[in-house]
Amino acid sequence: MEMKLTIKRVPTVVSNYQEEGRPRGGCGRDCLGGCCLPESKLPLYVFKASPKKLSLQEDAAGADFFLNLLLGLWEDRMARGLFRYDVTACETKVIQGNLGFVAQLNEGRHLKKRPTEFRVDRVLQPFDAAKFNFTKVGQEEVLFQFENGGGDDSFFVKIAPISTVEHAPNVVAINVSPIEYGHVLLIPHVLDRLPQRIDQESFLLALHMAAEAASPFFRLGYNSLGAFATINHLHFQAYYLTVPFPVEKAATKIIFPAEHMMNGGVKVSKLMNYPDNNVPYNVLISDCGKKIFLFPQCYAEKQALGEVSQELLDTQVNPAVWEISGHIVLKRRSDYEEASEASAWRLLAEVSLSEERFEEVMAYIFDAAGLVESNKEEVSEEEDATYTSVAIAPPAVAEGCLVIQ
Amino acid sequence: MRPPPRNTPPSSLAPGPAPHSPQIVSFLDDLSALDSPGDRRVAGRSAAAMGDGEQERRLAASLTARYSDWVVEALDELPGSFLLTDPAMPGHPIVYASRGLASHTGYARREVLGRNARLFQGADTDRAAVSGVREAVRGQRAHQVSILNYRRDGSPHWVLLHLSPVFHAADGRLLHFLAVQVPIAPASRPPPCRTGRPAVFAACREDARVEEDCPCASHAGVVFVDVDTRGLDAEEPRVASDHEREKALSTANSIFSALNRYSKLTGLVVCGKRCGSVGIPALSSSLNLSLGRIKQSFVLTDSHLPDMPIIYASDAFLLLTGYSREEILGCNCRFLNGPGTSLEVLEEINQHICSEQACTVHLLNYRKDGSSFRDLLHISPIRNASGKVAFHVWVHLDEGAKYDFNGLTPEVWQLGAVGAVRVAVRSLSASGSLLRPSQ
Repeated sequence: MEMKLTIKRVPTVVSNYQEEGRPRGGCGRDCLGGCCLPESKLPLYVFKASPKKLSLQEDAAGADFFLNLLLGLWEDRMARGLFRYDVTACETKVIQGNLGFVAQLNEGRHLKKRPTEFRVDRVLQPFDAAKFNFTKVGQEEVLFQFENGGGDDSFFVKIAPISTVEHAPNVVAINVSPIEYGHVLLIPHVLDRLPQRIDQESFLLALHMAAEAASPFFRLGYNSLGAFATINHLHFQAYYLTVPFPVEKAATKIIFPAEHMMNGGVKVSKLMNYPDNNVPYNVLISDCGKKIFLFPQCYAEKQALGEVSQELLDTQVNPAVWEISGHIVLKRRSDYEEASEASAWRLLAEVSLSEERFEEVMAYIFDAAGLVESNKEEVSEEEDATYTSVAIAPPAVAEGCLVIQ
Repeated sequence: MRPPPRNTPPSSLAPGPAPHSPQIVSFLDDLSALDSPGDRRVAGRSAAAMGDGEQERRLAASLTARYSDWVVEALDELPGSFLLTDPAMPGHPIVYASRGLASHTGYARREVLGRNARLFQGADTDRAAVSGVREAVRGQRAHQVSILNYRRDGSPHWVLLHLSPVFHAADGRLLHFLAVQVPIAPASRPPPCRTGRPAVFAACREDARVEEDCPCASHAGVVFVDVDTRGLDAEEPRVASDHEREKALSTANSIFSALNRYSKLTGLVVCGKRCGSVGIPALSSSLNLSLGRIKQSFVLTDSHLPDMPIIYASDAFLLLTGYSREEILGCNCRFLNGPGTSLEVLEEINQHICSEQACTVHLLNYRKDGSSFRDLLHISPIRNASGKVAFHVWVHLDEGAKYDFNGLTPEVWQLGAVGAVRVAVRSLSASGSLLRPSQ
């Protein structure tokens, strides 16, 4: 009865160990699997449990430390030749228009390989150990472990044994096909081999990272399966771009009423004029973790059903979290030269849900939000409690083209 | 502008500009090629002086491109023996020689045009004096020294050499060097520190480079002659008198006046002192802000302006080196180098810059007060939004100083600065403005 919907696309290579034919010789290869990792030592960044307000002077210096560390280690990996190309050699521009979409010409990002089939109708899929996952990544691609110190200060340890207290280590690894300088992957509890599905704990981890970087230009993103995540192993992405994203500038309208639930200081708004139970979605964490965007989308579904125009398919732009936020990587020079705000809109229009569907999804969220309330206390310790985690129920996460701030 | 000649020896190279502009070659080159006092022609890199119409045009253009066509005539009216050289042309050639020079040295004008000024030196010319001039050229500073020169017929004579850089007053660009030669009359007192020092001098003699503890190097105006002198029968080195110094100065001043008079037509104004940050294009304030947050000691140089001037210097850099921002904006980084700086390392840096590669080196650099420090230096090309190289970042670290790297290795700590600069410059468009949507 249930038809399987799939699309074919060439997956982006995020690790040097991802492609077929790469030497995978058992252990002694210093991977991130159970065979090697527990015995290894990696740098460790310990973040503070309770981020202070950013207006304090000391904190400014501390915040720069995190970025200094991340960028320094990233630059070191550049020098070691671990990336497939130099992303700073890719032309970038801001497209004329009100919102200012950012376009990048990146001809080296995409492999000229046979596309793989991806199932797009199931947002939750069980972990498949046979497929590529992050335990197969080489340790040289890892920059540091990222753990909660439980205290008031952050600090860095050059070499530390893998922390196995309570849970497997969270690691920050490079993306060898970066979209921008500093593009990394945050992999929570790498040894647990969680499928690509946000839960409260991992979401909080991502928020902590945003807070630690303390820069509005360092953003974290998440793609669900069916919304162009290609690796079914829980991970977030992050990178640094000192240009505002269009989605951050777009007008919003508060839809979550202020009468109740205001103790948490949570506001839910709807994006105005900005072009999903089991609806694929993307999440953008911006403004140091104070603003979270939730984008339900249906592009992949449309693509599987053959409803997307060929012209759009030819650009081979898969609207994942960065594209929806307004940072679009193009692989053909002609597309780059002709990029306009109108063409960006066309792409996003295909991504967005219809009005009725959006209303359905919103209703679902508010239902789910009722369940979240009990967890609010824990959550509201962070910063000014300006966010809420909506992902708690196993089947699906809340959907909606929402701004939660 | 042609790329630099490949066989230029390292001793005459300075850390230099991007591949599309030639390197600045030393004014007075290593004399080891000379065999005998009579040999005036130096094999090698300077362009042929005669018979090359193209060469003549280029030499003439060196002047007329900056000043009006009548500048040559105006200079011809001035007395004295002087010449103008163009440091940006390969071989650092003479582009103008005064009438007085011909009568003074016996060389016709066309015989010296296009040649490097080393042609006036000979076997007994003091190497330390030569080194002093070389350092001044590299540092783009004025310099005065008494030096033994040779006329065309091979006869030696003492001159007071007065060297002065000619800067573009508006953007601080180095345009030319002016060299005035004033003959020093004989019968002057022997230099005070000559006695009992031949051994030290002999050491200087072997080595073209100036040793730090060699007294003769820093003592402008005092020249030593080797004890076992050839060609000159026990002639004593000469010290220029006050009168001779004044004459050099006034000659130089009248030349500057002439240059300025004849440059007004081209809108160019020149001066003898670099006018610092006046002409360096101002960085956008947001870029300045982002760069200002980077704690490491570093400078940014502009890869496209001639001689790769510094366009940004961090506070930490000023603290480390003792210079003020005004003193160094617009200058090339070589002012940090000194007698103990390895020329091989400088050459290595040069090559990496030319091939758009990053490099990390250890070298000895010098602060403003003359003290040296062991520098861990990382240099990397930085691209802007167009994807092309716009700047170079030079991150310094004093290896002798104690520093808290907060758990990072020194190298990674340095690379953090590189990363931060990359990110800041990444959103800089080719025109120098930050990428922002038009409102």
